[in-house]
Amino acid sequence: MSQTAEPDVAAGHILDLLYSEHETDLRAAVRALLEDRCTWPDVLARTETIEPYDTGLWRVLGADLGCAGLLVPEEHGGAGASYREAAVVAEELGRAVAPVPYLGSAVVATTAVLSAADANLLAVLGDGSVTAALAVPFASAPGARPAVTVRLGAPDPAGTSGAYRLTGSVSCVADALPADVLLVPADGVPFGLYEVSAGDAGVFRAPVTSLDSTRQLADIGFDNASGQLVASGEAAERAIAAALTAGAAVLAAEQLGVAERCLDMTVAYVKERHQFARPVGSFQALKHRLADIWVLVTQARAASRYAAACLAAGDPDSPVAVALAKAACSDAAVSAAQECVQLHGGIGFTWEHPAHLYLKRAKSSSIGFGTPDWHRGSLAGLADLPAATASRAR
Amino acid sequence: MGVGADELRGQVREFLATRDPATMDRLEFLRARFDAGLAWVHYPAGLGGQGLSRSLQQVVDAEFATAGAPTNNPRRIGIGLGMAAPTILAFGTDEQRRRWLRPLWTGEEVWCQLFSEPGAGSDLASLATRAVRSTDGGSWAVTGQKVWTSAAHRARRALLLARSDPDLPKHQGMTYFSLDITAPGVEVRPLRQLTGEAEFNEVFLTDATIPDADRIGAVGEGWRVATGTLMNERVSIGGGIAVLREGGMIGSAARTWRERPELRTPGLHDTLLRLWAAAEVARLAGVRLRQQLAAGHPGPEGSAAKLVFARLNQEISGFEVELTGADGLRYGDWTMRRPDATDFYGRDAGYRYLRARGNSIEGGTSEILRNIIAERVLGLPPETRADVGVPWKDLPR
Repeated sequence: MSQTAEPDVAAGHILDLLYSEHETDLRAAVRALLEDRCTWPDVLARTETIEPYDTGLWRVLGADLGCAGLLVPEEHGGAGASYREAAVVAEELGRAVAPVPYLGSAVVATTAVLSAADANLLAVLGDGSVTAALAVPFASAPGARPAVTVRLGAPDPAGTSGAYRLTGSVSCVADALPADVLLVPADGVPFGLYEVSAGDAGVFRAPVTSLDSTRQLADIGFDNASGQLVASGEAAERAIAAALTAGAAVLAAEQLGVAERCLDMTVAYVKERHQFARPVGSFQALKHRLADIWVLVTQARAASRYAAACLAAGDPDSPVAVALAKAACSDAAVSAAQECVQLHGGIGFTWEHPAHLYLKRAKSSSIGFGTPDWHRGSLAGLADLPAATASRAR
Repeated sequence: MGVGADELRGQVREFLATRDPATMDRLEFLRARFDAGLAWVHYPAGLGGQGLSRSLQQVVDAEFATAGAPTNNPRRIGIGLGMAAPTILAFGTDEQRRRWLRPLWTGEEVWCQLFSEPGAGSDLASLATRAVRSTDGGSWAVTGQKVWTSAAHRARRALLLARSDPDLPKHQGMTYFSLDITAPGVEVRPLRQLTGEAEFNEVFLTDATIPDADRIGAVGEGWRVATGTLMNERVSIGGGIAVLREGGMIGSAARTWRERPELRTPGLHDTLLRLWAAAEVARLAGVRLRQQLAAGHPGPEGSAAKLVFARLNQEISGFEVELTGADGLRYGDWTMRRPDATDFYGRDAGYRYLRARGNSIEGGTSEILRNIIAERVLGLPPETRADVGVPWKDLPR
C-alpha cells in the first residue's frame, strides 16, 4: 500500500465528483440566459464601450436567477447552496466569457463576508441588491497575505464606533468597477477588513486597460475614505484567506468552462473548414492535438470538481485540492485557447473572431488568484516535497 | 433492486457460518462462493452473481477479506476476469457461460488473449490467422501466429480472433473462438522484452482444432465481439490508476525525494511538483471515472485515463532514474524471468523506466487512442482509408 503523508488523502473516494441533478438544472438555466443575453458578438462589442461590465445581465443573473446569493445561507436571504453550485455557474460564465462581476462579488467578497459573519452585508449580497468586491490585486494568491497598501487614518470624527478613515491604493482589482461596496484590507490599529462605499467621495476607481477586456480591472485610490470595520486582526486574515481560496477554486471552474468552449468551437470549425478538398479535421495532425485538449479537459474537470467538493464539505484537503485545480484548469484553459487560435488558422487571429476573447480570458485568469507555478509550488509544503537546500541550489 | 449492502453482508456471514476458510480446501471454498452467487454480484444468478449493482461487489469482497477467506488471486487471472468473462457473458451461449465462467472465476482455468499478430498490431482487423471450417461444420482448423500474449504459458483457454473468410473486406471476415491452449498444434514460446524478462509469449498455431461449440458469436461476427473485449481491456487498464494519493509511481519518486535530500536540485524540484500534481489530478480523474461507472454512466473518459497513465508512468520513472543519479546507472537483473503479472514496484527505477515504455504501446498505442478520441468522442471525420470495401486477400501487406 502507498505511503501517504496525510490521513485524509483518500478523501477523493468519498467526495462526489459528478454533477448532481440539481447542479445540472442550474447549469441549464444559466446557459439558457447566457445564450439569449450574452452572445460573443455582444461581449466583443461591449469591450470597446465605456461600460465593460454588463450590469443588466448581472441583475438578471445575480438577483433574478439568484446566482448572487448562491453561497449566502437561506436565513440571510440567499440560496443556501455550496461551492459545488457556485462552480457550475462559473463554468457557464467561462463558456460565455460573460462580463459580469459574479466571481468578485458572489464568490470572493461573499466568502469574506461569510467568514466575518456580517449579517447586514450578507443580506444585501444574498438578494443581489448590492455588488461587492474585495480590494486586493487580482494576482493575489491564497496562502500568501496580499501586500496591504491601504492605511488607517484617524477614526472617523463623524462616525460611530468601528468607523475609520482609509488612505492608500490598490492596483488591478477584479470586478471592482461595477461594485457598490469595497471590502478593503487596511493596516493600522486594528489591521482589519473595512467596508467602504464605492460611491464615497474619497474613493477613486480608474479602469485599467486590461489584457482581458471582458473582466476589466481597476486601480483604486482611497483618500481619507470612510470605512466601517467588518473584521479585525486574525478574523480579518481568515476572511481574506478564505476569500482568495474560494476565488482560486471557482476561477478554476470558470477556466474549465473556457477550455470546454474553446474545444467545442475548434472541433466544430475543423469539421466545416475544407482545405485540400477535405475537412481539415480529418488530418491526423489536427485530430491528435484536439484529442490531447479533450484529455486535458477531462483531467481539469476532475480537479475542479474535487476542489469545489472539498470547499463545500469543509474538507481539510481543500488547500491541496484548490492548488491542483487552479494549476490544472489554468493550463487546460490556456492550452485550449491557444489551440483554438492556431487551429482556426487566419480567422482565429482576427479581431472579429471570438477566439481572442477566450485567449485573453484564459491567460489573464491563469494569473488571477495565483499562477499555476505558484499553486504547484505550494504543494512543496502541503505534500511534504521540500525544495533543494541552499547548498545544492545552483 | 431487492438486495442491499446489509443483506449482502448477511448472506456472506451465513455462507461463512458453514464454511471455515481456515480449514476448507481453497478451490472448494471458491467454487461454493461462486455457486452462492457471491463471486461477482453484478453477474446473473446461476453464474456467480445476483444481478445486482457492480458497486455492491466491494461490500462482499470486504466481508470475505475480513474473514480471512482465500481470494481467486485476481491479478493472476486479470485477462479472464477483465476481458474473457464480460465477452462470454455478452456474446456466449448459455452452455458456454455455464461451462467457462465458474473455472474462470475460481482461477482453475487461466485465460489469455490471442489477438495481435506480427503483421497486425494497431491494424488488428488486418489479421491473417486462418480458421477453416471442417466439411461437416463441426470444427475449425486454425493456422497462424499470435504475439504479445500475456499468461499464455500458464493459461488453459484463450480468446482467439481469426480470419474465416479472406474474400470479404477485412472487418467482415473474422470469427471469434475460445481455444483450448493445451490442444495439439498450439505452441507457446516466451517473448523476451527490453526489460530482460518475458511477461509475454508468441503463440504458433498449426492446424489446431477448435470444436464449433467453442465459437463465440456468429461466423463472421468476430470483429464485433472483439470490439467488446477491447473496450473492457481499456477500462481495466485505465482502472489501473491508483486509488490512493501517491499510490502509483509518483509514490516511489516522492519517497526517494523525501529520504534522500542530497539528491535534490531546484530543477528536479520543479519537475517533481509538476509530476506530483499531474499524477494526483489523474488519480482524481480515475476516481471520477469509477463514480461514473458506478452511477451507470460510463463515459469515454477511460480512453483519456489510459493515455495519461502511460505518459505519467514514463515521465515519472524517467524522473526517478535521473533523480537517483549514479545509482540510476545500475540495473537490478537482466535474467529472463517469467512474472505472473506486471509489477512495477519492488524493483528499481530503471526497471520502471523501461517497462513503462510499453504502457503507450500495449492495449492500443497512444496514437490509436488519440484517433479513437478524435473520431468517436469529438466526432471528427475519419482518415481517408485505402482498405474500405476491398477483400482482405487483396489488401497490400
